[in-house]
Amino acid sequence: MSPSSPVPAGVEGGPAGSARGRRARPAGGGRERPTGGGRRAGAPLPLLLPALVGILFLLLPLLALLIRAPWRDLPDQLTSAQVWQALRLSLLSATAATALSLALGVPLAWLLARTDFPGRGLLRALVTLPLVLPPVVGGVALLLALGRNGVVGQWLDAWFGITLPFTTTGVVLAETFVAMPFLVISVEGTLRAADPRYEEAAATLGASRFTAFRRVTLPLIAPGVLAGAVLAWARALGEFGATITFAGNFPGRTQTMPLAVYLALQNDPAAAIALSLVLLAVSVAVLAALRDRWLTAS
Amino acid sequence: MRKTEGQGEAETDGFAEETARACEGGAGDGSEGLDARLVVVRGSFRLDVTLTARPGEVVALLGPNGAGKTTALRALAGLAPLSPGAGGRLRLDGVPLERMPPESRPVGVVFQDYLLFPHLTALDNVAFGPRCRGASRSEARAEAAEWLARLGLAEHAGARPRRLSGGQAQRVALARALATRPRLLLLDEPLAALDARTRLEVRAELRRRLAEFEAVAVLVTHDPLDAMVLADRLVVVEDGRVVQEGPPADIARRPRTDYIARLVGLNLYRGEAEGHTVRLLGGGPSITTTEELSGPAFVAFPPGAVTLHSERPVGASARNLWRCEVTGLETHADQVRADLTGELRVLADLTTLSAAQLDLRPGVTVWATVKATQTHAYPG
Repeated sequence: MSPSSPVPAGVEGGPAGSARGRRARPAGGGRERPTGGGRRAGAPLPLLLPALVGILFLLLPLLALLIRAPWRDLPDQLTSAQVWQALRLSLLSATAATALSLALGVPLAWLLARTDFPGRGLLRALVTLPLVLPPVVGGVALLLALGRNGVVGQWLDAWFGITLPFTTTGVVLAETFVAMPFLVISVEGTLRAADPRYEEAAATLGASRFTAFRRVTLPLIAPGVLAGAVLAWARALGEFGATITFAGNFPGRTQTMPLAVYLALQNDPAAAIALSLVLLAVSVAVLAALRDRWLTAS
Repeated sequence: MRKTEGQGEAETDGFAEETARACEGGAGDGSEGLDARLVVVRGSFRLDVTLTARPGEVVALLGPNGAGKTTALRALAGLAPLSPGAGGRLRLDGVPLERMPPESRPVGVVFQDYLLFPHLTALDNVAFGPRCRGASRSEARAEAAEWLARLGLAEHAGARPRRLSGGQAQRVALARALATRPRLLLLDEPLAALDARTRLEVRAELRRRLAEFEAVAVLVTHDPLDAMVLADRLVVVEDGRVVQEGPPADIARRPRTDYIARLVGLNLYRGEAEGHTVRLLGGGPSITTTEELSGPAFVAFPPGAVTLHSERPVGASARNLWRCEVTGLETHADQVRADLTGELRVLADLTTLSAAQLDLRPGVTVWATVKATQTHAYPG
């Protein structure tokens, strides 16, 4: 993520930028509102108390995870075959799902951002539906579409002998279904912010629309695409509902980390905590990678 | 796209061009240069501009903001379609371009803010066009390096656009447009993005480049000086229509609309001529001129030709004498420009000293005179 890219507003600067903003604020306080002077010191109790409870509520579970972590057994836990199997499958399937999301989602985002056709708004809403759809429902829907007796799945099975549910491919499909909308939304936003006149300039130089997209637009929106990909990857990594519904829970084949955590919690809580710590570490890493993009948004 | 290349090669060799054209047979009508009627209807706005130019000619589309100049440019480049069924046409060297997509047109564009691709070096920006038109990477780069060297940018080949100064960026943009060997070069406000000092320099250089360019160049500007320095011919567009066209000197001498008169700094009046007298429209006074005309006519004179008096001049030989009131004063260097209304609305330039001696203030009544020899009358 190049901080010098011209495309997404607010990317530049990073934490330093936000720190500068925070320092600058009191100086300009006088011009803002009459209450500006008392703004920092005197947060009213009815707001302060719930806010503190909110912070506690969000952080306490994470803290508990750290407190109860079996630190001594952790190396053993993390090197057990089951953990590695699940972790490997998770990373692999999340990466594959991200690749698939990129391959399909970037062109889709371009279509939504750069073309105008009747029903575009509706299509956009439908495409992003998985963002709000309960993942389990997504899994059921995938079964009905691509399952052995599904609308399309029965033909895949009959004609090509392809079975998707309860396979690793099924895991990838379930994760893609849930994660791709994140990528589409992110890339579409970046595309809308990018200056379409660069594409016109490319056209006057003899570039077809596709060449212009490939050689001009894509490099310009690369930071947005990367952010979308990281977001989609993180979402795919944590996917549970659609995966367990569509792909089941077979160790080594479809049992990803979240599934393994859930299963381990039943009979080996220490293993569940260890696995959770790994996922937490990954999440923190993702957040760190995206900090420029989000932490400065405030 | 293939046709474009063919033309690009032919252009370097007159004989080859002749041959190519002869072989093309009925494809074109043989006429060289640009022949266009650009009709673009958008809501209540209608652009209808006829534009022709010979190869080697530089034409400036001059007009106020919102006149439709940029729309005309976009129509030429293919970025805005001509309105179907509105009678528009667009031919370049006899080849109809109306239905050709922008990437296939032999047209190069220098955009107002250049739109250099920020992720590519100057060299790769210039190589982009040749590359799109089928050259290999190394061929395209070699060609681009040649163009950059020709424009004195060899040492900036590896620089990204944001490291270039305004003048350098403008030259890279020009090199990028020229590297596709266009038969029509379009420049949108080519000097607008530059600061005053760079502008002077770049204007002179751009003039040289355009004079060298062997195909048609059309530039769009709202700056009369840019237009007059850079172009062989001006086409003045107001409200989507051509209001006047001709060589810069002619336009500067004989403006036909208030907008142009303002641009070239002349007082302009419209009237009915009879002998040496032009009776202004709307019951205004008459102006005595040296030219003898009859029928509709324009009278123009520069603000510097106006003399102001605080008292009515006695035994005034000047026939052009009007009682006016000062409504505004503006200083330009050591000159004061007075805006006068009354019998005649007129702009007058005088020295700061005279302005002080006359005690010019808004609201003051003065007498304005202009010698007939200082006026210029021409048929309207």
